[in-house]
Parts: sequence; structure tokens; C-alpha cells
Amino acid sequence: MSNQVLSCENVTASYGAIQALHGVNLEVNEGEIVVVLGANGAGKTTTLRAICNMVATEGTVMLNGSDISKADTADIVNAGVAHVPQGRGTFAALTVLENLEVGAYTRTDDEVQSDIEMWFEKYPVLGERRTQAAGSLSGGEQQMLAVARAAMSRPTMMLLDEPSLGLAPLIIEDLFQTFAQLNKEQGTSMLLVEQNANLALEIADRGYLLETGEITGSGSAEELRNDPAVQAAYLGA
Amino acid sequence: MQLLLQRIFDGVSDGAVYASIAVALVLIFKATTLINFAQGEMAMFGAFFAYIFAVQSGILDFLGNQYLIIWVAAIIAMVLSAGVGITIERTLTRPFDPEDHLPVVLITLGLFLGINAIAGIIWNYQARVMPAMFPNGSDDKVVIFGARLFYDTIGTIVTLGVVLYILFIILNKTKMGLAFRAVSANVESARLVGVRTGRVLSFGWALASAFGALGAVIVAPRITLQPSMMAAIVIYAFAAAAVGGLDSVGGAAIGGMIVGLTKSLGNGYLGSWHFGLEHPPLEFLPATPLLIPVLILLAVLWFKPSGLFGTKRIERV
Repeated sequence: MSNQVLSCENVTASYGAIQALHGVNLEVNEGEIVVVLGANGAGKTTTLRAICNMVATEGTVMLNGSDISKADTADIVNAGVAHVPQGRGTFAALTVLENLEVGAYTRTDDEVQSDIEMWFEKYPVLGERRTQAAGSLSGGEQQMLAVARAAMSRPTMMLLDEPSLGLAPLIIEDLFQTFAQLNKEQGTSMLLVEQNANLALEIADRGYLLETGEITGSGSAEELRNDPAVQAAYLGA
Repeated sequence: MQLLLQRIFDGVSDGAVYASIAVALVLIFKATTLINFAQGEMAMFGAFFAYIFAVQSGILDFLGNQYLIIWVAAIIAMVLSAGVGITIERTLTRPFDPEDHLPVVLITLGLFLGINAIAGIIWNYQARVMPAMFPNGSDDKVVIFGARLFYDTIGTIVTLGVVLYILFIILNKTKMGLAFRAVSANVESARLVGVRTGRVLSFGWALASAFGALGAVIVAPRITLQPSMMAAIVIYAFAAAAVGGLDSVGGAAIGGMIVGLTKSLGNGYLGSWHFGLEHPPLEFLPATPLLIPVLILLAVLWFKPSGLFGTKRIERV
């Protein structure tokens, strides 16, 4: 059995009196890309927020063998989790460069600058706008920045919350290639929640189906792609 | 010409003090998107700290030079005020949901009254003479085209400039400053890059309290030291912060100057304005200069609600 990076055991989450997750169980192994498919309101975002302890949760979340369910968000990030929230979550008032610098907030090594240069090479449009406020970027550029910023912390585990939302197909494809590349070259494990099942299943190893706060199915990417129920619900077949 | 210059010098001198309190307001606004109504009273408390060290206790007398004594006392007061700021942040504001502004605003209003009352109990309301930070005798001046420019004014401006520069370096060149601006831009994202937002908020309160205390120590010799000394000043500082844009440190400094200048010029040129009445009611006269900054504030809020240098809250998503 391969090394487990992240696992959720019977995780519930609620916003006030409204329970959004009813006991979610999932796991991500080292080097895996795992996708969580679900409709609007199924609890995809809440699952990711529960992992980072940004919502009231019960149950156990394990990261690299230690229990992080009660840990502070900042400590969880320090332990190697990077979360790209829905709606990008870039720092609109900070410049592009500062966004990347603050992404490396938890790092103390001296390779931060070279990492920033690497991202500017990968996305030249970010490099050209390094001194511009992030809020002035287009949606696609902001999503590139959000992913680059998350990667700046050199995470072992990346949580991606609907990165394709509201973006042009070409940009989405480019982003997903970046995910696959990060996963391959740096061994970053990823938990990706998506409605765009086609692309997600292309880069994912395994997947879960989330419906109204519960995991209702799981399997390899291949199995999910061929599952008639999945095809009907998410692949538009 | 002489009169105009004189009024400009006076305005700049007052403006520097408004600017220092306005900058303190902006620092806390940037961190919490809240107006700290107790800022002036916290600054007053800081001035009393300086008074204790410089005058009352005589602890610093060994330093000999009167200016050295008050400067060292001011720095101690800034450090102590920073401690008070951190304590207030941790104990009184942190337990509340940062998204819910009302409780914290009420707390700062309560602090405004509470700190004033505590200072009254400890030091009573009698006015005290605060030692000056700069030579402020009637001869300590340069005369430019007949207008008197006092060393006190020059010293105040230079001090403000130096402290603003230090603040700029802290906010723009240090990791803590970057974290502060990140929290200011987006609290949730700041947590998601590993910033401990509580510490950053404490840092903002500490910085603001120290900055405000310095302003109070500088102004105290001019208006005497007593618990209600900041009441008038803090009104102008609110106006200055709003004119500059509540989230811009540089804007607050410039806003302070604008308010100080308009007050001084308005006072000078309109103080004798009689509303067309032959015998204007006496209570109108002191109100005229007060009117000018309020009108400016109104104009800025009307035509440019985010202030002259503030960030417009428009984002692409």
C-alpha cells in the first residue's frame, strides 16, 4: 500500500445549524491526483474548508500521519497543505510579485526568488505584470496567479477548489496541464474538486462522488469515466 | 504674504499632529476595517506615560539634557502604548467575530469613555505642563518674509516625516509588513498562505498605538496635558483619515495637512466673517474654522467616497 498523505474519517461540517457534510471519508495517497465530483451545493468546497479547519468540523483529518483536525489553519499550511480557494482568493491590493512572495510566507530557504522567476517564465503574462495590482488581472490570469502562489509554499498536498470556474476552455486546459506537471515533477499530491468532470478525470488517478454532503461512490478515473451514472450526471453523455 | 505664510506654517504644524493620529486610525482600519474610536484616548494615555517618565518620577533625570529626557520618555511611552494596544487587541477585540463589526466598534466606543475616565481617576482633570520635544520659546524660530516658523513646527514635520518613512519600510520591506498588507487585502487568503492573522492584528494595534502616542507627546506641550486633551484633535484626525482614504497611510498624512491648512486658513480669513450680520452671535465665531474641514470632508465623501488616496473596492472576479 502506498503512503497516505491525507485522509478524512467521518468528517462532518456545519454552518450554524445547517449541516453541510454528513460524515465524509476519503483519502489521498502520495503523488496521487484525486478528484471529488459533485453538483452545486454537494459540499465540495466545504470538504476542502474542513480539511483546512476553516469551518466548524467533527471527525478526523490526518495529514502525513498526524491528526490536524483541531490544528490552526496557519499550522496546517505550515505542515504542507496549500489551498487554492474558489474565486481565486488572490490579494487584489498587492502586486503580482507580492502575491507570490506572500505565497512563500512559510518558507525560510533561499530559493524563493528562483521559484518566482520560474513561475514568471511559465506564465510570462504574470512576469510582465509583476508590479501591477493583482486585482487588475483578468480572471484567467488571477487563477494562474492563485495556483502559482499556492505552489510557492512548496506544498506536499494541494487542495484545488473548482479552478475551472468561469474560465475559457483553452485556459482551463493549460491550468490542468500545470497541475499534471506539478504533480509529476514535484510529486505534489492533489485533491481537486470540480464540476468539469471530463478534464478532471483526464489528469486524476482516482475520484469520489459527493452528493448532498456524503460520498456516494468512488473508483479509479477509468472506472468513473465508464460508469453510466457518472456519464449521465457529470459527463453529459 | 506674511500673513498667508504665517497661516500656512500654523496649519502645517497642527496638520502634522492630525496626521499622526490619522495614520494610527488608518493602520487599525487596514488591519480590521474598523475605526478605532478610542485612538485619541489611547494616545493621551501614552502622553501620560511619557509624563511619568520625564517629569513625575524623575527616573530619567540622570540623562541631564531636558530634550534627551523627553525623547527617551517618548520612546518608552511608545513601547508601553504598543503593549497596551496588543493587550486591547488580544483581550477585548479578538474574541469577537471579525466579520461582525458592531461589537468591536461598540468596544472601541466603550474604551473611549473608559480610558478617559481611568485617566481622570489616576491623574485628575487638572492641566499639566508637558516638557517640549523641541525648543519652543518665543525666540526659537526662523523668520521667513516676516512670518515666524518655529523650531517646534520644523521638528514636528521632520519627526512625522522620519516616522512615516520608518513605517513605510516596515510595511513594504519586511515580512511582517507583507503579512500585514496581506491580511488587510484578504484575511481568509492570508490564513491560507500560513499567516497567523492574530499576531498580525496585534502588530497593527501595536504600531498604531505607538504612532498615536508619539503624536500626543508632540502636541501635549502646545495644549497642556490632561485626559480630555485629544477630544478636539481626534475629530480633525477622523476627517483627515477620511479625506486621505481610510486605507492609505500616505493619504492620512496628506489628509492631516489638508485639514490643518484649511483650518488655519479658514480661521485666518473667515474668522472675521460675520455671516452678513452687523452683530453676529458670539458663538458663531469659533464655529467658523470648525466648519471648513467638515465641508471638505463632505465634499470628498460626496465626490470621491473612497478618499483622495484610498483603494476603490472594485475587483474583477
